[in-house]
Amino acid sequence: MIIPRVPPQHRAMLAQNRLSGPTPWVLAILMLLTLLAAAAGLSLARAANGIGGAIAGRVTVQIVTANPEVRSQQAQRIRRAAAAQPFVRAARAVPREEVAATLGRWFGTSGGGDDPVVASLPLPELVDIDLVAGSGAAAQTRLRALIERTAPGARMIPHAEWLGPVANTIRTLAWVAAALVILMALASAAVVIMTARAALGTHYATIEMLHLIGATDQQVCRLFQRRIAIDSAYGIMFGALVAVVLMAVIGWQLTGVTSGLGASAELGIGGWIFLALLPLLAIALAALTARVTLLRALKTML
Amino acid sequence: MVEFDHVGLRYGPDSEVLADISFVLQPGSFYFLTGPSGAGKTSLLKMLYLAQRPSRGIVRLFNEDVVTLPRQRLPGFRRRIGVVFQDFRLIPHLSARDNIALPLRIAGVEEADLTGPVGEMLSWIGLNERAHALPATLSGGEQQRVAIARAVIARPQLLIADEPTGNVDPDMAMRLLGLFEALNRLGTTVVVATHDIHLISRVDNAQMMRLEKGRLADPTGALRYPPANKA
Repeated sequence: MIIPRVPPQHRAMLAQNRLSGPTPWVLAILMLLTLLAAAAGLSLARAANGIGGAIAGRVTVQIVTANPEVRSQQAQRIRRAAAAQPFVRAARAVPREEVAATLGRWFGTSGGGDDPVVASLPLPELVDIDLVAGSGAAAQTRLRALIERTAPGARMIPHAEWLGPVANTIRTLAWVAAALVILMALASAAVVIMTARAALGTHYATIEMLHLIGATDQQVCRLFQRRIAIDSAYGIMFGALVAVVLMAVIGWQLTGVTSGLGASAELGIGGWIFLALLPLLAIALAALTARVTLLRALKTML
Repeated sequence: MVEFDHVGLRYGPDSEVLADISFVLQPGSFYFLTGPSGAGKTSLLKMLYLAQRPSRGIVRLFNEDVVTLPRQRLPGFRRRIGVVFQDFRLIPHLSARDNIALPLRIAGVEEADLTGPVGEMLSWIGLNERAHALPATLSGGEQQRVAIARAVIARPQLLIADEPTGNVDPDMAMRLLGLFEALNRLGTTVVVATHDIHLISRVDNAQMMRLEKGRLADPTGALRYPPANKA
């Protein structure tokens, strides 16, 4: 049992003052950081998976033929030919205005029709092609061949080539967050171990007396385990409460972000369930650590 | 009841503080353990109340070898032994009543069944009015009586007292001795370590064990081979 049942009169065998001093506060801080790290890790993992999913099957075809009319005709031919393939989900010729607007952001100009800088550039024709999910590398090979036949000289750019490293970096950060969660769990366990040992030292005379009267290790352990588990639970729940408030504030700030990473930085129901379970797991870990530490230490006494 | 056979005790690498201790304690008997300071009385008592294992020899308690006894079985034996410590060792944050009730609670007695025995014990030691007082607010004699009540409430088969009269006036010493005799008459084996020669002379049929420099003086062999055993 995480918090052992001990009759009130037996609880009084230990002095009523709190056992662990700053322990609940340290555990509160660790729990706060654990939850934030876990939430960050989960949302980063979801974002990485989202980006990965989005880019895995998308390619952009760039047509740079000098003649603008030929360029435009090639783009339309590629779009039609690609759309007719069973491994292609969607094919779309990117409108010139969209390309100009994108470039305008880079040049610091409007990118609109009246933008002389963009208007002076020979813009390529672009065709975005989404492959059927799971169609794999074979589909890309067939698409490449199709493009070479339809518009020689056109370049096929798989998005995974240039967004892949970003997704991998985000995924790495998610793993770092997971490692932080594990490290903080270990730190919490270490705090509980130190607390249990300190409690045994502080109450050594009482424990010795209880042993001499005939108390078993289990009886003595239950007294301390209960007190440490309750102290830890207070700290962990307080830390979790603060973490929830912080996450709510961050979530509220992200409400207006509708695209890019912000949109994919959600936790999902599974993520929230995992986060809700973390404090309970932490309390169980604290109680179990206290129990093992106490029983081991008590065994060294006669 | 208790048998020590060539028991020796050393702390660390030093020479033995107790050497070749052999004796038999008969059930229902009364023993005084005497000897100068540093003779090893407290060490001997510690082995008797199972707070210390000997370095060598055999210690049999209630017909079992307690030297090789698994640690998890010790509590069961300790519940059959009552101990009155020289420094009382009352738990400071528990009231007199709760200190006295401690052995019964440890033994798993229900709260409803505690009230009677604890009340009787408080009456017996004359501390009904101070039942809820903390040890720090009790006089030395009152603390001593609480310690004795705690030692005997579970009706131990063996009662061990280490200098029980060391902190009380002569009148109180006589009263405490009376309590021990009363328990002895009820069948409890009593071992009292004391320097007080007057105390020893007040108990009829008490046997004396004398320790000197870690050895038990037993010139006639009566402690090792008591008459009851010879018969």
